[in-house]
Amino acid sequence: MSRKNTVRATQGAEGYTVVGTRPPRVDAPDKVAGHAIYGPDVALPRMAYGKILRSPHAHARIRSIDTRQAEAMPGVYAVVTAKDLSEVADRIGRVGESSVNFKFLCDNNLASDKVLYMGHAVAAVAASSPHVAEDALKLIKVDYEPLPPVTDVLEATREGAPLLHEGMLTKSLGGLGERPSNIASHIQHLKGDPAQGFAEAEVIVEREFRTATVHQGYLEPHAATADWSPDGFLTLYTTTQGSFDARAQVAEPLDCPLSKIRVIPTEVGGAFGGKNISYVDVAAALLARKAGRPVKVTMSRAEVLLASGPTSGSVMHLKIGAKRDGRLTAAKAELFYEAGAYPGSPVGSGAYCIFACYEIPHGQIDGYDVVVNKPKTGPLRAPGATQTAFAMETLLDELAEKLGMDPIELRLRNVAHEGTLLITGNRHYSIGAEEVLRATYNHPHYQAPLGGPHRGRGVAFAYWGNWGARSSAILNVNDDGTLALVTGSVDITGTRTSLAMQAAEVLGLPLTRIRSAVGDTDAMGHSDTTGGSRTTMATGIAVVEAANDVIAQMKGRAAQLWGLSAEKVTYKRGVFRASTPGGMQEMSFAELAGQVSATGGPVRGKSDVNIRKWGGAFGAHIVDVEVDPETGKVRILRYTAVQDVGRAIHPGQIEGQIQGAVAQGIGWALYEGYAYDAQGQMLNANFLDYKIPTMLDVPPIEAVIVEVPWPEHPFGVRGVGEVPIVPPPAAIANAIYRATGTRLAELPMTPERILQGMGVI
Amino acid sequence: MTDRVRVSAIINGEPVEFLCEPRQSLLECLRDILGLTGAKEGCNDGNCGACSVLLNGRLVHSCLVLGVEIQGQEVTTIEGLAHWDGLSLLQEAFVAEDALQCGYCTPGMIIAAKALLDREPNPSEERIRSWLAGNLCRCTGYDRIIRAVRSAATALAKSREEVSR
Amino acid sequence: MASVWIPSLLRDLTGGQATVRASGRTVAQVIEALEAAYPGMKARLSPGGELAAGLAVAVDNIVAPLGLRAPVAEESEVRFLQAVGGG
Repeated sequence: MSRKNTVRATQGAEGYTVVGTRPPRVDAPDKVAGHAIYGPDVALPRMAYGKILRSPHAHARIRSIDTRQAEAMPGVYAVVTAKDLSEVADRIGRVGESSVNFKFLCDNNLASDKVLYMGHAVAAVAASSPHVAEDALKLIKVDYEPLPPVTDVLEATREGAPLLHEGMLTKSLGGLGERPSNIASHIQHLKGDPAQGFAEAEVIVEREFRTATVHQGYLEPHAATADWSPDGFLTLYTTTQGSFDARAQVAEPLDCPLSKIRVIPTEVGGAFGGKNISYVDVAAALLARKAGRPVKVTMSRAEVLLASGPTSGSVMHLKIGAKRDGRLTAAKAELFYEAGAYPGSPVGSGAYCIFACYEIPHGQIDGYDVVVNKPKTGPLRAPGATQTAFAMETLLDELAEKLGMDPIELRLRNVAHEGTLLITGNRHYSIGAEEVLRATYNHPHYQAPLGGPHRGRGVAFAYWGNWGARSSAILNVNDDGTLALVTGSVDITGTRTSLAMQAAEVLGLPLTRIRSAVGDTDAMGHSDTTGGSRTTMATGIAVVEAANDVIAQMKGRAAQLWGLSAEKVTYKRGVFRASTPGGMQEMSFAELAGQVSATGGPVRGKSDVNIRKWGGAFGAHIVDVEVDPETGKVRILRYTAVQDVGRAIHPGQIEGQIQGAVAQGIGWALYEGYAYDAQGQMLNANFLDYKIPTMLDVPPIEAVIVEVPWPEHPFGVRGVGEVPIVPPPAAIANAIYRATGTRLAELPMTPERILQGMGVI
Repeated sequence: MTDRVRVSAIINGEPVEFLCEPRQSLLECLRDILGLTGAKEGCNDGNCGACSVLLNGRLVHSCLVLGVEIQGQEVTTIEGLAHWDGLSLLQEAFVAEDALQCGYCTPGMIIAAKALLDREPNPSEERIRSWLAGNLCRCTGYDRIIRAVRSAATALAKSREEVSR
Repeated sequence: MASVWIPSLLRDLTGGQATVRASGRTVAQVIEALEAAYPGMKARLSPGGELAAGLAVAVDNIVAPLGLRAPVAEESEVRFLQAVGGG
């Protein structure tokens, strides 16, 4: 696999010394030595261990909870239920990137009157050891009144389906629904006249698609350790993508002012969106407060799968129409997304992305957010988009075949450009869609013939919008000329390195002079979560501004020493210079740093931003598969992922992100899915039966970087991390079709389904 | 509380003594009693490899071994790999090849790779894949991990050569 | 006058029009102007004086955290967006 696989689609400013290089990750030595502290690794003196009692029923009313026996057990320090929570108003707040209903959030942490999924938390115990805590759970008596569950998203919308939230009416811009329903909300987008568009079409393809509930699959379970001071000040160590969001999610249920909570984010062992929402922090905080000692609550693997936030399973109806020459005339989508136990699926972003790659004159999208007796869905890497891409990109493949067109040529004929008005009413601004498609078409993988029986090649093209939002950065200059870069952005992918690289580039100093760290909620300005592929871009802007701030301040100090005004001082590659009557003065950054205290207070560059414009990005994938005609097993022979990253700060880290996302996509395509029985019991809450890809399932993945710089970032950075999980299931489905003649419209594409499709079983 | 058992063992070359309940796994003992948090819990039922350690040089899932079972035995954890003057060649290879992102699977992965290289100094890519198939990683897509193991194999062979001269 | 993209579920109020014109110095004023021309708009876009839950507003392609208080210029493009989230 070549390292030099960067395709420059447009020329940006060249001559970078740090940006574009591949230094080792700054956090790598700590991690390979087993020295880094993750959520479950936290240990405090006198610490107790918390465990959570969870509902065995998928749907039930709670008549009563009796905790007295558990409380009396030796070694038990505290037992809590929803009664220990404050009265939380039914209010919407901002957590992560979306709105969250705090009442629902509290209820999900500890159920009040109903349990809505198997695994729903009902009570929690803190004890001297995890084993004692587990034994104590068995002594808690919960009187349930089981109710019929509903786990299928379409079933849940039908009249007569069991209602999860009695009295819930469907919300939409068109007004409130008339009858209580499991459909929490309905969104719609409409452009032009779809009926007319379909009438003009010469070819129409239509299909129903289904995807299963899948989990982010991070290896590290959720873990939080809460430690209260005697005057009611909480320190919370937690594995989270967003320390400020973690703080808000504990403040509300505990009725605690934000100033009395300090969140210290630990190292995170994988997140992919799933660690935006807190699942054990409230229990840990309540238990610690009641027990009068620190309490650590960690989820087991079963609990992670049962009771954290997987992404929606879905049913999608899709119809597209085109002229014989391939121009799309109309597109219509109906999306039913599982929200899980409480409203809030990513159907909105799925709706935003489904047609975002293409210029389509007429279209309509209806999205339905439907509650079902499954865990409340949480964000999963490009939430909602992989589902819709699976539908759109396989249907386009079908269209290409019907038209006798090359699949990439069909996409090129319709590809969106700057200024394209999408069906959702958004307009694209500065995108690299066509560049990505052309780079994919011209890639040796696409041009290489694929021979052999039962083999096929598939492509898919996809978009993710990315994000901007709030970030905070501080750059401290030390007396010896080294620096400390601290941001409020938790590092889940390597941003400590990519942010320090941006600072080093601006400062013209070696990367090794900058220590890069993540600050807690006391030290930093409000930073939105590390998610939405925002950090290298938005926090990067803050870092660049902070670095420029350092240079400006340092110039002022040099000016003081040299007795002239700051505008006369120049700075280049680590050296300050000024022309004075006595001759050319110069001083290195390190020398000047040694003079900082003589010339004033400490020098700290600072920037706090709210980035409201961000560049979306496109990816196109090519995959070759071989399908065993007897077993239905899919072997991936070759995989190439092309992506527009704007500007690659650290190409190696970007390749790693792309490879990891593709591996996740392979799991979603072929292996992963929550299985339920008729009683709403999840059958595969373990890593044996919920199978994530192993080293035997993932081939070498070639990541091809295309750069169409995003104009609003100093180096042109676009978000990278989420785009590459969107195309894989569609690309693989298309390849399986070419290999077997079977078009699968349901995920995961298991051997059983493939053989059924082929008529073998 | 169940009566606790006294266990004496050698961990990372050092004699260690601790008290544990018979129901506590080796993983628990390492992490909660001995403060060796390098080995991680990912599943607690032998399906992910994050808890991998060497027991008398043999690769095991410490979540499937009881603490009491290591009485008189030798255990190597990730903490035992780095020398006083730096990381081992295998750890350095992981850093150089960028074979990690979140790093949670990394201690188990390195221990498992060490077990392989201790037996087979020159494994093929296929052999590495099948040996490490029991170590799940969700971040990297695996390819760089394999490159790191290959690179470490080369570096180890070279250093053996240098030593024997 | 600013041009306003009307979400499809509100087009029953505008007689099916997807884009309409309305003047105002802030998003709140634009909504008032919309309400005057198309009664019922205000209750759907900003019930209780706040932007409807799950709704955001973009002015000239920039998402406006100020929401109803966001400034609107003479030739601005105002668009009401439904919730989107990342991970």
